[in-house]
Amino acid sequence: MRSDADVIRALHDRPVLTFLMSLVLGALAGCAAPTSVVLLPAADGHASALAVEHRGDTVVLDRPYAAVREGTFGARAYQADPQEVESQFATALAAQPARPARYTLYFIEGRDTLTDESRQLVATSLAEIAKRPVPDVLVIGHTDLVGSHASNDMLSRQRAELIRNELIRLGVPAANIQLVARGKREPVVPTADGVAEPRNRRVEVVVR
Amino acid sequence: MKKNNARCAAVLASCLLAATLARAEDIGRVKVAKGDVSIERAGARVPAIVGAGVQTADVVVTGSDGSVGITMNDDSLLSAGANSRLSLDEYAHDPSTNQGRFRVSLDRGTLAVVSGRIAKQSPDAMKVRTPSAVLGVRGTEFAVAVGR
Repeated sequence: MRSDADVIRALHDRPVLTFLMSLVLGALAGCAAPTSVVLLPAADGHASALAVEHRGDTVVLDRPYAAVREGTFGARAYQADPQEVESQFATALAAQPARPARYTLYFIEGRDTLTDESRQLVATSLAEIAKRPVPDVLVIGHTDLVGSHASNDMLSRQRAELIRNELIRLGVPAANIQLVARGKREPVVPTADGVAEPRNRRVEVVVR
Repeated sequence: MKKNNARCAAVLASCLLAATLARAEDIGRVKVAKGDVSIERAGARVPAIVGAGVQTADVVVTGSDGSVGITMNDDSLLSAGANSRLSLDEYAHDPSTNQGRFRVSLDRGTLAVVSGRIAKQSPDAMKVRTPSAVLGVRGTEFAVAVGR
């Protein structure tokens, strides 16, 4: 596909026409509001990337502050900096909701009782819930990789229900809590199917 | 757990402040709202107050002094600056598998995004559209502006 710049290059030896073309193309690009995009460093340090498709061409932004800006003659990739981001996106970034807080709870092996450490974390999560103006709480049950999806979905739901009930007992309204049974789909310690791994039997509490 | 009683009261009070309780059709919730912010839904326009649920096909609009922050059910964070128009075109999320599809459009203004579980599970399951570009989200944080 010929880009605007190619068209301009083809007309290079005709300066007047070039000038007129640039006016026309400028008007075309200008009638739609131009898009600019910048990849930001991820707060959790994970690698991130964005595929920007613009008039049939795709540019992948895959390092912090990699940016694309649409101009008169098409999109231009460049490296932005924190100052530019601040000046363009300060208001949007200031309105960003608090990041979800996550707590991983473990039970004493073979029992329905939380470990002492996890008990502490329940208290910490309550403090976080109290701090947020409109808290939503997600209680996500996980299992290890022993057994079928169906049985682990049920087991992870039972684990999550224990924690939900505890949170309700401690004063969190049931309507603010959502229960999720992830079963064996998200082990923290990767193992082969069928392997018993206590660290994978857990409940995550997400406060957002 | 007795020592937690005072804390429980605080938790309860804070949750009760969330006068708008989550409904089944809600796909996210307004967590931050400053200045003039409204939601267009089925031809009507309602103010976007903190705690309000958002639904598929909602259009979130900010005025010249407005900004808004929304947390989606998949933990995505969307926040828009002044003079912005953001459409929540499509949203589907299975919390058990994290499979889903999320489409938003920024017609004008500025938008900061932290992608969530949908994009983490399947790259490109989340897309952000502007009048002239489509952004395929492979995670996680970016900002996009439409207009000067």
